[in-house]
Amino acid sequence: MKLDDLAGEAWRALGANRLRSALTMLGMVIGVGAVVLMLAIGAGAQYMVNRAIASMGTNLFIVLSGASTSGGLRFGAGTTPTLTLDDAEAIGELPTVAAVAPIAPGTAQFVYGASNWSTLVRGTTPGYLKVRDWPLAEGRMFTRAEVRSSARVVILGQTVIENLFGGADPLGRVVRINSSPYTVIGTLAPKGQSLDGRDQDDVAIIPVTTAQRQLFGSRFPGTVRYLLVQARSPKLMQRARRQMEALLRQRHRIPAGQPDDFTIRNLTALAQTASRTARVLSIMLGAIASISLLVGGIGIMNIMLVSVTERTREIGIRMAVGARSRDVLLQFLLEAVILSILGSLVGAALGVGIAWLVSELVAMTVVVTLWSIVLAVVVAAAIGIFFGWYPARRAARLRPIEALRYE
Amino acid sequence: MTAPLIRIEDLHKDYVTGAGRVPALDGIDLEIGAGEFVAIMGPSGSGKSTFMNILGCLDSPTRGRYLFAGEDVAGLDADRLAAVRSGAIGFVFQGFNLLARMDALDNVALPLVYAGVARASRRRRAAELLERVGLGRHAHHRPAQLSGGQQQRVAIARALVNAPRLVLADEPTGNLDTHTSVEIMRIFAELNREQGLTLVLVTHEADIAGYARRLVRFRDGRIAGDEVAGGGAP
Ligand SMILES: Nc1ncnc2c1ncn2[C@@H]1O[C@H](COP(=O)(O)OP(=O)(O)OP(=O)(O)O)[C@@H](O)[C@H]1O
Ligand SMILES: [Mg+2]
Repeated sequence: MKLDDLAGEAWRALGANRLRSALTMLGMVIGVGAVVLMLAIGAGAQYMVNRAIASMGTNLFIVLSGASTSGGLRFGAGTTPTLTLDDAEAIGELPTVAAVAPIAPGTAQFVYGASNWSTLVRGTTPGYLKVRDWPLAEGRMFTRAEVRSSARVVILGQTVIENLFGGADPLGRVVRINSSPYTVIGTLAPKGQSLDGRDQDDVAIIPVTTAQRQLFGSRFPGTVRYLLVQARSPKLMQRARRQMEALLRQRHRIPAGQPDDFTIRNLTALAQTASRTARVLSIMLGAIASISLLVGGIGIMNIMLVSVTERTREIGIRMAVGARSRDVLLQFLLEAVILSILGSLVGAALGVGIAWLVSELVAMTVVVTLWSIVLAVVVAAAIGIFFGWYPARRAARLRPIEALRYE
Repeated sequence: MTAPLIRIEDLHKDYVTGAGRVPALDGIDLEIGAGEFVAIMGPSGSGKSTFMNILGCLDSPTRGRYLFAGEDVAGLDADRLAAVRSGAIGFVFQGFNLLARMDALDNVALPLVYAGVARASRRRRAAELLERVGLGRHAHHRPAQLSGGQQQRVAIARALVNAPRLVLADEPTGNLDTHTSVEIMRIFAELNREQGLTLVLVTHEADIAGYARRLVRFRDGRIAGDEVAGGGAP
């Protein structure tokens, strides 16, 4: 028997019972739709996390003032600053360390012409851009000399530029930050969202000394809130941590047996955990959705079994006029596969459609990948074969006279 | 005399049921030549249908030899039997056994699907045969839209469509009234007379058997008589 005839017979058999075929297909539609949608949501989450991680900088430590206990940060950590600019300088000398940036953060009001905008200001050193792998869009970074002289220069993030300048070129302009004039010498390339969903481009950078002495003032002059430290390579992370610990303990004159007055955290490891979590989430979403695929497959098997029983006499007639058991097997198998593939195509379209709706309406990042659709359709076809096999076998093994005699 | 189309030697068929072994056929010896028109009669339960099923390669005997066109088919497996049915045997059943979903043309063409004939020639040949049984204008009616006699004519066309060497009919007029039965039997007689078709037919009615040229009587799974019948008389 030829394949196109076989397909024709199968198609006709399905067409004879349209409502039932459609309902059977619905199981696959929902299953594949759910898988495609869930994979898209999972991939979206992963994409967001990975982008945030990439924007964070690599091989990164954060060094905070205050000790940590095994349960987390001890009460008051970070409130009594113990880290100084000199500590930062000293850490920068370590052979395992590529770059250091002390950070003195705060918020300030920016005014340019009639526009004003409140944003996060980070006082830091030129090493900041390297630590964060953050290129400039235009202009230049401030120099060490400008840090020493507490120059009133500022580098603006894209969100700030948008809100203060609209379309105009900010380079060389003077903005007022908490009423004092600062010259814009550079702009930061866009970064997007951070791991915790904040807009990283809503930021301005000034020399750390300017921040401490002029913009914010400090109850503890010469200290900073935290340091960002970049190790030279992933392999050197452990060495770098040990060297920093030893160095800071020595510089802070902490006697042996006393706890640290600082905390070093590996941001890269934290980010990797977040990435792993996102991946697990996406696998779990897919796995849960796969269950509905399985249920759809069982629905196909159920209907095919009913169909074989109902059509026993038809099978007998076909055999009497020359059908071999293989012809019967293939016809029923093909019916199951047509149901599952057709259902999966409709389901994939539905999944993509809903994914699109979700991204439009809920402002959630969903990433529909081609492989997820291909995977879902291939799995659906396999499910059709798997669950269609048993009923088809049953049909093919009927003996012609018994099938003919069946009432 | 040419070699017979069918040669059966000491054929046995036992059914095994909960009550034990039922010998439905108990040593049949029979030869049927090409071009014969044989009627089989006998009381209910005498093994006529059992015999027809084996003759038509739908079932295998428990014991004995069955040579069809010189080939021993008694021990063939299911697929080989299917191939013999597909290539050389046509069936007409008491209950018509048409597929309700399909129109007359597709029903007639069905055996050709399994014989691997291309669609266009399938349809041409099926239309030809519908024409021959007088249903050219009913090609696109479904079985439910046809009378019993018309349905049986569609079934006859289906039995003939792959030019079989043997057509078997188990009580083909059993579900039809007398007038329609006569119509059907005329078609059979004509096919036998004009095309030399080999026909074996089971019936309970003497006047139906009268269309055949040879009459075989069954009793308790054995042959109780073998004589020339009405159709064979001059
Ligand atoms: N599938 C079966 N299982 C068990 N016994 C069977 C089966 N088919 C037929 N028989 C038995 O075999 C014997 C012959 O049956 P068969 O159907 O050949 O008779 P028949 O001559 O065609 O009768 P009828 O004229 O009523 O159609 C009967 O005794 C019957 O009970
Ligand atoms: Mg019978």
